[in-house]
Amino acid sequence: MRLTQGAFSYLPDLTDEQIEAQVNYCIDHGWAVNIEYTDDPHPRNTYWEMWGMPSFDLASARPVLDALQACRESFTNHYIRISASDSEKGWESLRLSFIAQRPAVEPGFQVVRSNGPGRQINYTTRSYATDQPPEQRYRDV
Amino acid sequence: MSDASGPTGPAAGPDNIDLASERAESGIDVYLAELDTSLIGLAPVKARIAEIASLLLVSRVRERLGLATTKPTLHMSFTGNPGTGKTTVAKTMAEVLHRLGYIRTSRLITVSRDDLVGEYIGHTAPKTKEVLKRAMGGVLFIDEAYYLYRAENERDYGQEAIEILLQVMEDNRDDLVVILAGYADRMEHFFSSNPGFRSRMAHHIEFPDYSDRELVAIGELMLREQNYRLSPAAEATFAEYVALRRRQPHFANARSVRNALDRAKLRQAERLVNSGVVSVEALSTIEREDILVSRVFDDNRPGS
Repeated sequence: MRLTQGAFSYLPDLTDEQIEAQVNYCIDHGWAVNIEYTDDPHPRNTYWEMWGMPSFDLASARPVLDALQACRESFTNHYIRISASDSEKGWESLRLSFIAQRPAVEPGFQVVRSNGPGRQINYTTRSYATDQPPEQRYRDV
Repeated sequence: MSDASGPTGPAAGPDNIDLASERAESGIDVYLAELDTSLIGLAPVKARIAEIASLLLVSRVRERLGLATTKPTLHMSFTGNPGTGKTTVAKTMAEVLHRLGYIRTSRLITVSRDDLVGEYIGHTAPKTKEVLKRAMGGVLFIDEAYYLYRAENERDYGQEAIEILLQVMEDNRDDLVVILAGYADRMEHFFSSNPGFRSRMAHHIEFPDYSDRELVAIGELMLREQNYRLSPAAEATFAEYVALRRRQPHFANARSVRNALDRAKLRQAERLVNSGVVSVEALSTIEREDILVSRVFDDNRPGS
């Protein structure tokens, strides 16, 4: 099941040129660009691991793409996303976030039902990938 | 700066490219013209900048037609005595390169040894990389670049900064322009001990010293920009001052002129305040005596 989180996630995966163009867009707006990765794609897992510090005050997307490449080499089968934060007063929040790499096989999510008192049913989702301990997720490829 | 639209040559058509309109579109002529008026003298430098602009224009058209595969390398070295306009030209260069689409922004980052070289082991690489990260997409101007290399200390961290710099200059050939600047003789020494740098520098631009007449013109331009002017008597004295100042130690071309004028403004203000009521005209006029008080005249004062 294809993970859809952040912008562009219903489109085909962005190529490096498209990622560069997006990062350039962020830079031109003065946003700080950040690279994050995770192997836990649960939608409520908002805090992914950071790859280095966010990049402030850039003039070119090139350093971000270099860092993205290094991150991909270290985590060949993780989710990697690029996010951009706007420090402008009134915004002071994330302005753009999109996935820049995804694992080759995405096992998807299970709907878990649990019985509450009085036959009430509670639903939750659980990623199949997180069945395995952190180092062993997405390793079958 | 030559006129791009010559009277002869084939007409523009599907097989012919109209470089003149290409040039007009980039708005480059405005900047070159501005450079021509705002920078006095420096004819060889201006010619070189115009050449680089033409090269980029042609290479942009070639790229569009699929004729060029790589962008030209544009790392440069600026050599010349202090105050000959190296930093000012670097600013204009950044603007020109940006206008012609070679770099993304017209950002110019000026650094010296302290900004690149760390203070302890393992400090240099992250420091240099951080600077390069910020400079990418613009121009990195390394002032007095020869301080990066210290021959007398083989464990100097400068060497590490040099290696990283060379690496990035090679990798990011089309996204970063590095300009090394400094005195001619010391740059020459720096290049001979770091041959890697010399071969990666596409352009070596020499900044000649200004002539006395040019320095006076520069001084007048500086004053005009601040709505000051020299009285006719002061003008002659100022020319004399420039000729004398040149023979003294620590002469730094346009920088010395600027400092001299700043001091003259100081004395003018003092004189005006002491005289009580003054005309509006006097507020922006620098008189002969404001310049004549200078120490430079001390040894040459008649009768002294």
